[in-house]
Amino acid sequence: MSRLQIHDVSVVYPGLNNGEEVHALSHINFAIEPGEFVVALGASGCGKTTLLSLMAGFISPSDGYLTLGDNPVSGLPRVACGVDLHDQIAGPGKERGVVFQKHALLPWLNVIENTEFGLKLQGIPRSERRERAASFLKLVGLEDFHQHPVYQLSGGMQQRVGIARALTNDPEMLLLDEPLGALDALTREVLQELLLDVWKQTRKMMFFITHSVEEALFMASRLIIMSPRPGRITHEFKLDFNERFLECRDARKVKSLPEFIEMREKVLSIIHGDEQSGGMH
Amino acid sequence: MLAQKTLDNPELMTDAEPAEVPPSPSRQEVRPAPTLLQRAARLFAAGPAKPGDAFGAPGQGRSLAISIVTALSLIGLWFLSTTAGWVEPLFLPSPTAVIARFWEVLTEGFANATLIEHTGWSMLRVFGAFALALVTAVPIGIFMGVNRIARGLFDPIIEFYRPLPPLAYLPLVIIWLGIGETSKIVLIYMAIFAPMALSARAGVKSVAIEQIHAAYSMGASRWQVVRHIILKSALPEILTGMRIGIGFGWTTLVAAEMVAAQAGLGFMVLNAAEFLVTDVVIMGIIVIGIIAYLFDLLMRFAERKLVPWKGH
Ligand SMILES: Nc1ncnc2c1ncn2[C@@H]1O[C@H](COP(=O)(O)OP(=O)(O)OP(=O)(O)O)[C@@H](O)[C@H]1O
Ligand SMILES: [Mg+2]
Repeated sequence: MSRLQIHDVSVVYPGLNNGEEVHALSHINFAIEPGEFVVALGASGCGKTTLLSLMAGFISPSDGYLTLGDNPVSGLPRVACGVDLHDQIAGPGKERGVVFQKHALLPWLNVIENTEFGLKLQGIPRSERRERAASFLKLVGLEDFHQHPVYQLSGGMQQRVGIARALTNDPEMLLLDEPLGALDALTREVLQELLLDVWKQTRKMMFFITHSVEEALFMASRLIIMSPRPGRITHEFKLDFNERFLECRDARKVKSLPEFIEMREKVLSIIHGDEQSGGMH
Repeated sequence: MLAQKTLDNPELMTDAEPAEVPPSPSRQEVRPAPTLLQRAARLFAAGPAKPGDAFGAPGQGRSLAISIVTALSLIGLWFLSTTAGWVEPLFLPSPTAVIARFWEVLTEGFANATLIEHTGWSMLRVFGAFALALVTAVPIGIFMGVNRIARGLFDPIIEFYRPLPPLAYLPLVIIWLGIGETSKIVLIYMAIFAPMALSARAGVKSVAIEQIHAAYSMGASRWQVVRHIILKSALPEILTGMRIGIGFGWTTLVAAEMVAAQAGLGFMVLNAAEFLVTDVVIMGIIVIGIIAYLFDLLMRFAERKLVPWKGH
């Protein structure tokens, strides 16, 4: 298992119409260890999606670079981990699966075809990929919608297809950008537990963005809190509420533990402080 | 009303003998039959909203009845103005004269060819050029969208000749390719090529970047992204380009058949105009219009079948 490492990364977006440059991320040094469930929390516009896009390889940093094990993800380091990476190709790869903030399903394919799409790209025979896709659709509660056109599904159902699609592809790490934001409270809890179960079974690395403090505390083995202008990581907490849930299987109980509530108030006050100082600019 | 109350209310029922209960009158109100005016208004109304229609989409509702009435009124006006003698038959022959001419050209021919032959030749030229454009313009347009070298190569050529009227480069095409069939098809082909290529290119540009990213994150190669994402996403605009392209084909037909044609609808119209046979001119125009319209209907049907997600 390899770790994902972010080496002193900055991202500067050019301003529109010669406006001010946006320092979306500034000198981030950070690593996701094998088997870790990292959750990122922070005010809107603090650079969470930018950080995830870097990890996915969709954008390159203005400065610094990222590696997964010995392989480059993006940026052009001269030497990293003792390997000259200069002429290796970086970018997205199937070992880093993504669930998008705005679902990115393919409207010309139905639900099951969308779910098995990654396996089809890899040339896996139809019967096998159907079987694997069907099992994950069942997990997210869409077993009755295999032949449905995706553009006729509700937003929450589309999001669930997006999750099933990423899981079906069996990546080494999963990058999830507010995957449960569009869901009703009940489905949201079901899918939180589902993702924790998948994580427990596979110990995939997870990078999970959310705006819900409660969700962040419940899911994270490590919580990072980010702050805008310039985007940076201001706080880090090691947590074990997810492990406690996986032991006792009672989410309500875990979420009403005194430690949980105390932690929640602490995180909320950090974020509110950020939003107030952020709003003054 | 009283009888209904009795039926509905068990307390009252005990008083009345069940056998004597009169048959309950229908609960439906008797609506007055709609007046003629109301019926007509309903014919032209937008019609019931289809389930799932979005509120406020501009131009919602049916328009077929209005279109039919517009067409019929125009034809009626045509009848009226010719039978009343408002215009000379030389300028506007009556519909009956045109229909009679249609039958005559169909059976006996005009300018040494029957209507079938004229139509056949024209369709061969237009659809031949269309097929050629389909297999060249669409791939080139897509190539321009996904490859900067292809874009650099083709962009100045297409953008330069696209706004030129085909009549302007017709002489050149004839000098280069002679007066045979080739120059006619090439002229129409050139008119179709530009809009089709540019639509395909625009289609490539319209692909959602999230979909491309999603495919790469699932291990797609560059070629797989082109094949599975870009081609599929561009399909609606490619189909629109085909509709626009064939339209350009028909508008160029008459120019293509100006020089040294032996048959063809454009040739027939030009030839008839030269001898002031106005009814053949009008008949030719109508035939071209109907063929083009039927093809457009076919394309719209294909759109509904091939890109049902469009508009979602
Ligand atoms: N393509 C872009 N061009 C210019 N500026 C951008 C671009 N993408 C993001 N930004 C800016 O970078 C900053 C960080 O954006 P980012 O999308 O990473 O925020 P976020 O934390 O994901 O916010 P949210 O919680 O609202 O999704 C914002 O100020 C945003 O305006
Ligand atoms: Mg975001």
